[in-house]
Amino acid sequence: MPTLQEKKPTRPTRRSNGRPARELIFGDLWEYDPAPETADPKLKARYELFINGGFVAPRSGQYFDSINPANEQKLAELALGGAADVDAAYQAAARAFDAGWGRMPGRERGKFLYRVARLLQDRAREFAVAETMDNGKPIKETRDFDVPMAAAHFFYHGGWADKLDYVAPGRRLAPLGVVGQVIPWNFPLLMLSWKIAPALAAGNCVVIKPATNTSITAVKLAEIFQDAGLPPGVVNVITGPGATGGILMAHPMAAKIAFTGSTEVGKVIMRSVAGSDKRMTMELGGKAANIVFDDAPIDQAVEGIVNGIFFNQGQVCCAGSRLLVHEPVAGLVVAKLKQRLRVLRVGDPLDKNTDIGAIVSRAQLETIQRYLDIGVKEGAEMWQPPCRLPARGFFMPPTIFTGVTQSHCIAREEIFGPVLSILTFRTIDEAIEKANNTAYGLSAGVWTDKGSRILKMSTELKAGVVWANTFNKFDPASPFGGYKESGFGREGGRQGLLDYGRLV
Amino acid sequence: MDFGVVFGGVRVDILSSMPLTVHTAFRRLVSEIGTVDAVGVEERVAKYATRSIKKRAKLFGLKLAVSMLDLTTLEGKDTPGKMTSLCRKAVRPHDDPDIPPVAAVCVYPAMVRHARRALGADTPVRIASVATAFPSGQMPLKTRLGEVRTAVADGADEIDMVVNRGAFLAGEFARVQDEIAAVLEACGDATLKVILETSELETYDSIRAVSFLAMRVLRPGDFIKTSTGKTSANATLGNNQVMLEAIRDFYLETGTPIGMKPAGGIRTAKQALQFLVAVKETLGDAWLTNARYRFGASSLLNDLLRQIEKEKTGAYQAPYYFSEAAESY
Repeated sequence: MPTLQEKKPTRPTRRSNGRPARELIFGDLWEYDPAPETADPKLKARYELFINGGFVAPRSGQYFDSINPANEQKLAELALGGAADVDAAYQAAARAFDAGWGRMPGRERGKFLYRVARLLQDRAREFAVAETMDNGKPIKETRDFDVPMAAAHFFYHGGWADKLDYVAPGRRLAPLGVVGQVIPWNFPLLMLSWKIAPALAAGNCVVIKPATNTSITAVKLAEIFQDAGLPPGVVNVITGPGATGGILMAHPMAAKIAFTGSTEVGKVIMRSVAGSDKRMTMELGGKAANIVFDDAPIDQAVEGIVNGIFFNQGQVCCAGSRLLVHEPVAGLVVAKLKQRLRVLRVGDPLDKNTDIGAIVSRAQLETIQRYLDIGVKEGAEMWQPPCRLPARGFFMPPTIFTGVTQSHCIAREEIFGPVLSILTFRTIDEAIEKANNTAYGLSAGVWTDKGSRILKMSTELKAGVVWANTFNKFDPASPFGGYKESGFGREGGRQGLLDYGRLV
Repeated sequence: MDFGVVFGGVRVDILSSMPLTVHTAFRRLVSEIGTVDAVGVEERVAKYATRSIKKRAKLFGLKLAVSMLDLTTLEGKDTPGKMTSLCRKAVRPHDDPDIPPVAAVCVYPAMVRHARRALGADTPVRIASVATAFPSGQMPLKTRLGEVRTAVADGADEIDMVVNRGAFLAGEFARVQDEIAAVLEACGDATLKVILETSELETYDSIRAVSFLAMRVLRPGDFIKTSTGKTSANATLGNNQVMLEAIRDFYLETGTPIGMKPAGGIRTAKQALQFLVAVKETLGDAWLTNARYRFGASSLLNDLLRQIEKEKTGAYQAPYYFSEAAESY
């Protein structure tokens, strides 16, 4: 019988330097044909404000255009709401609250939330297409994540509505009144649901402003509120520029304000409400560390890195934008990451095979580009996979920077784009220190086969959520929120619900 | 420390009856080749199933799948007559001349000579034979090697052997590899496919480990294969992915290209396309050929043909337009 020793000389010898001996060919032998999603988004030419249960024209009489970032074409006109509209919305919300929404038995309120959830599910494909056209994110994400999760939040909080008497021992949760909410453009419909569902479940009424760039699904959801028979004024949607959001946050009738967006704007809002007795929750920026140890399952870690930073073109506050990789496996991880990025498909967001869609706006694309220039100027090494970008629209290939250190601007500031900064570490303590050495603290990821290390890291990392051997996992039952300049207050779960009421 | 126990009045030291290397062999191998996270693998392969393959891409994929098929019959009731029928189907799967022959027929050793008679010497279709006491492998090595030599002498171009799972699970890795090397020698010029029988290895870590043990012995162009089709669980996108990644890592490290064959449980064209998407996105274009990727299946063929004709004509054809020659009755 031949033994291994005898077989050896016939095998090619290993390269001693450990570098890949060959390259894989990711060519066009089997190119996928276009597979566009064809469901009708049922867009109107013009959308009005949603105040007191009806669609009304803005006092200013002005409208602004919403464009599709994938082709720069106009999708619809949106009403430009101002101070007078915000005030009308607050008045309507206060009337609705006093008229009985706050006193309605929880089981009745819950029925409305369930109804909204079901109607959203019924129209899921339509909403997914509308969201993709408005925001630029790939249809596979809106179809498989944004819309189903939005419905899940309404279902989950519908379940809380009749259990407010049992949320804390011997006490019950009472509503606050009217809450003012401003949400960002990265998950337009989902952020809307995160904000509205718990507020309504606790018995509050809502005045909400979606982001200027991405308001279409918010006013479309207002159609669902009408269809669900939600009492007039319980939810009011004001579209308009950022300044309108400032007015909405500062309005004296708001018992509580909730904001999700950049840390910069969050600070402005907090200054504007200083001295008032408004409650606040802020969900702001992030610069999450995704930490890969040498004993991690490398292929799955690479998948998690990709999911962490390239999900929604990296326009995610909890994106794993800093990769901290253990020095012994740094070369391997980067090589495998590059391989993986070569098969990501950048292009038409409506194509079902697109992995990376369009950046939300020209301004955001320019911001990202500016950070790329800074990264290169700072001496980090930039790499992008070869890919053909569409001629029109705001597209950015997935980008990684190697040779990044803690002092690089691209390791400190939130870029909010598909840009990964790769740093290395030698020991666990170094990993923890580097991960925590940031003004932010929204999320973190740990990749290792050692369970005890996961437990240690989750205690030491100053981040609202620590994912172990996975990344970007969300659930309505799981509270989400930040440390430090990533904000305060939680959204989701019992903790998130408590932020929308008083225990009495 | 005393690890002794008493069996029937005889004192036995458990540790001394197993060499220390057995205890550490798996750990050592895994720390060398890396671990696999099951949740992560299943998340990755779920994305393959969401790829939407349309029009020309679909037609290309379907025809590619036909050309990669190891048309299989492995039954006690196989006869020379069944071989004639299977081989004719393999050479000419459908009346449509545009459809390529399949890669190979896969039969028991005793059927090889009948298959060779049916196919003749000059044929594009290769003959693969399961050997080595398929599917359990629980026969003396001498017997298994004899089986391989007979199959090759009778005209088999390819041998599908089963790996010694018992030896692997007992930590006897050298034995696993020595047996593969012995079969390889018995194969001569015949291509060797090593069946891991993934369902008996159970974990993705073990599947990756055995893939490496096998690949370190194999020649360029030999295959690793998921399953025999004779146990409850067969090829899945998950174990296919773990094996593709093992092949990729081994190739990049050594330059030796190893082929892959998922077998059992792949019955629909849709499934086959998902497996091919995994190949395209993991190993790339160089593996989109029947020299490096095969499907072990039988009923898959007619579903592929049905879908090809549907793409070409825009309508599903009646089932009686497709000859039933590979199925079990």
